[in-house]
Amino acid sequence: MLTKRGEGLTRRDFMKIAGSAVAMFGLSQAFVPKLARALEKAAAGRPKVVWLHFASDTGCTESFIKSDNPSTADLVLDILSVDYHESIMAAAGKQADEVLAKAVAGKDYICIVEGGIPTVPGHGMIGGREMLDIAKEVCGSAKAVVAIGSCAVDGGVPAAAPNPSKIKGVDEALNMKGKVINLPCCPVNPEWLVGTAVYVLTTGKVPELDDKGRPKMFYGRKIHDNCPRRTHFDTGHFVETFGSKEEAMGYCLYKVGCKGPETWAECPKTRWNSKESWCIEIGSPCVGCAENKWTDNFAPFYEKLANVALPYGDLTADKIGIGIAIATGAAIAGHAVGKAVRGQQKKEGNP
Amino acid sequence: MSKRVVIDPIPRIEGHLRIEVEVENGKVKDAWSSGTLFRGFEIILQGRDPRDAWFITQRICGVCPVSHGHTSTLGLEDSFKVTPPDNARIVRNLIEGGQFVHSHILWFYHLNALDYVDVVSALKASPREKSLQEVQARIRKFVESGQLGPFANGYWGHPEYKLPPDLNLLAVAHYLEALEMQKEASTIVAQLGGKMPMHMSTPPGGTTFIPTVEVLDNVLWRMKRIQHWVDTVYIPDVLAIAPYYLKYAGIGKGVGNYLSWGVFEDASFDPKKRALPRGAIFGGKLEVKDVGAKDVTEFVDYSWFSDDSGKRNPMDGKTEPKFTKMGDKKYTWLKAPRIDGKPMEVGALSRVLVAYVSGNPTVKGLVDGALKALGQQGKPEVLLSVLGRIAARALETKMIADAMVDWVGELIGNMKKGNTRTYAMNAVPEKGRGVGLWEAPRGALAHWNVIEGHRLKNYQCVVPTTWNASPRDDKGVRGPIEEALVGTPVSNPEKPLEVLRVVHSFDPCIACAVHIIHPVTNEVKEFRVV
Repeated sequence: MLTKRGEGLTRRDFMKIAGSAVAMFGLSQAFVPKLARALEKAAAGRPKVVWLHFASDTGCTESFIKSDNPSTADLVLDILSVDYHESIMAAAGKQADEVLAKAVAGKDYICIVEGGIPTVPGHGMIGGREMLDIAKEVCGSAKAVVAIGSCAVDGGVPAAAPNPSKIKGVDEALNMKGKVINLPCCPVNPEWLVGTAVYVLTTGKVPELDDKGRPKMFYGRKIHDNCPRRTHFDTGHFVETFGSKEEAMGYCLYKVGCKGPETWAECPKTRWNSKESWCIEIGSPCVGCAENKWTDNFAPFYEKLANVALPYGDLTADKIGIGIAIATGAAIAGHAVGKAVRGQQKKEGNP
Repeated sequence: MSKRVVIDPIPRIEGHLRIEVEVENGKVKDAWSSGTLFRGFEIILQGRDPRDAWFITQRICGVCPVSHGHTSTLGLEDSFKVTPPDNARIVRNLIEGGQFVHSHILWFYHLNALDYVDVVSALKASPREKSLQEVQARIRKFVESGQLGPFANGYWGHPEYKLPPDLNLLAVAHYLEALEMQKEASTIVAQLGGKMPMHMSTPPGGTTFIPTVEVLDNVLWRMKRIQHWVDTVYIPDVLAIAPYYLKYAGIGKGVGNYLSWGVFEDASFDPKKRALPRGAIFGGKLEVKDVGAKDVTEFVDYSWFSDDSGKRNPMDGKTEPKFTKMGDKKYTWLKAPRIDGKPMEVGALSRVLVAYVSGNPTVKGLVDGALKALGQQGKPEVLLSVLGRIAARALETKMIADAMVDWVGELIGNMKKGNTRTYAMNAVPEKGRGVGLWEAPRGALAHWNVIEGHRLKNYQCVVPTTWNASPRDDKGVRGPIEEALVGTPVSNPEKPLEVLRVVHSFDPCIACAVHIIHPVTNEVKEFRVV
């Protein structure tokens, strides 16, 4: 078995990529040929990418290389020119610095940032320079800046209390609020990253963002509202303990801590790892890792959310579980239930 | 005349590593390894619900999150006095195995190979096979575009690249294929764990994944595909490339002490019966000794921590960060862990050696077979080298891929017998303390926890690269990477390719390795972090 394609991407490959993209963008299939042509044209010039690592664990790079359509090889060889990326690049030390300096001087690149920025001197250095200084220079000269993963967006897990290295997200650390495309999640979903890239390359525009800088197409809906287990929430079927017959029946994970009711992300639709699975499918409650400051706001992860209204008014979830025999069938309007979920109002900018 | 060469950043590793070497008469005379980022996970964990630790510690490393999650879970189960059901044990082995296979494939082809494979030389090959011709055309188009992307400014054409063009081309073709295979191996983690990186299914007490025939069947299909690829591509590639670099069987030996905490749980839960067992080897003498968490001591004489933070076992550890400057006596955020005062190499080579010397028949068969194939029959000591680390990782990949196929069968066997238990948990205790000793792909991994008032009072990790990239200790003894670098030939200090080879052979993972601490309380005063 060798690589599936020979000399590079064909028109058919671009059509296939465009096919997935229109679904993601919420466009009609009629746009596929147009999008495919636009992508082929953009790819001919192989737009330059500089990918920086700061206070990260490289999980977003790991996630990126799980990209499916286009694959990582397609992206790196045929669509983009990934000029600087410490985890994959051949050049080391001085030669690596030269590559970066050349890119920065050209000012013709998209900067992808993985990891938050330590603001305590000495806590994050590359090549003897403070990460903050590198970020200022490289992001400052970029055509566009994309912050991927929770760390680059708001500091992520290492910025959880007490945030020992005073790590900040890119837009905060560099005073670039509103100028950064934010793709939170731990790690970033590769389809959201690649989807954003394809959108920018084919339309020449930034996708519509919410007031936190997130593309609405990936962060515009709550996990809870699209969850395949939603019916069980509405009808009061809950998992009380893992490994139980309720879990085997695929009941709702709200009572074992699911943060889906307060997490805005397309996980149920995009899924993970070639769409093969996702957190809730394997019986885990969502930990809300796409949300702002999730490590502090959603801990403890296995405790249920405090302010979620259930379909039955002031009945507790526990009572509902018992009372379900009489209530089955009563909950019908998923949207109405969604509106009853409190907590969303405090999340600015979400509809 | 000696010359100082600094390589910073070291590319194709995880995290931020700086290596400084002093070169004299064409050889490395001395070396210093520095971790240059710290985040402070141990501090962040204090006061939290212990059940959250396995999620949070996965974020220490996005390349081996599974291992951190499992080590954390093991340590917490030690505190909670819980033994997970047999099905959970097997599910965890499969998830861990998927990650190991993914990680080793990624390391060999994408992190390490560019030190041995000259991508530009592949254009001079004259392949007869159509698929290789196509790959070559793709690379030619790429190179002729003038935009070399991640391959820009490599040491191409360096005289130390020894492969003929045809083999370079084959390796490039397999580089691309391996991108697909590492993804496939990760997908197995996702099938059983929801996503990869950062899987979700193995909290203390068992697993939230309830096995179904549908998923297991799919895992088995995927596993067999990977197994076949390892047998027909990865192992043959190592055997094909190694003869051109046989001198690396005599380079980069390092400290000669090897530690494995053991990984892949046996039904008996005895760490000496793990598929890769626990044990240590000292002074290159091929005999295995018992070791445990209590034998670990850490030093900070050359690290940016207060003096009082040194000479402590992690259970009584203290870590007060005290950054001075680079170039001082102190030069890293990594502590120097030692066992019996000895620096210990960790990783696939250590695991394979411990298993080999313990008489594990599978590992023995694989190692002896590889030695024979390379004309080194009966000379296992050649494994104590750069080439040995490369070979050990490949053989371990095969061993794990084979075992995973069996483990799926074991799980199906349990289901057939009506054993469907996946989870057995006790309440979080008011007080407790525990240790998880396990292995990440990069080597020995340990998490300590102390619980008080149902909350984490303290949490500590000693991770693989803290061992390997450790600085000097109180007696000035170098860490394993530093020691392995000494004596390495450097033909061109402007392009220190040989240094990269030695460093990469350890598969460093620096985000894991950097800690910071904070004075806390009496018993476990502090936690090194990650």
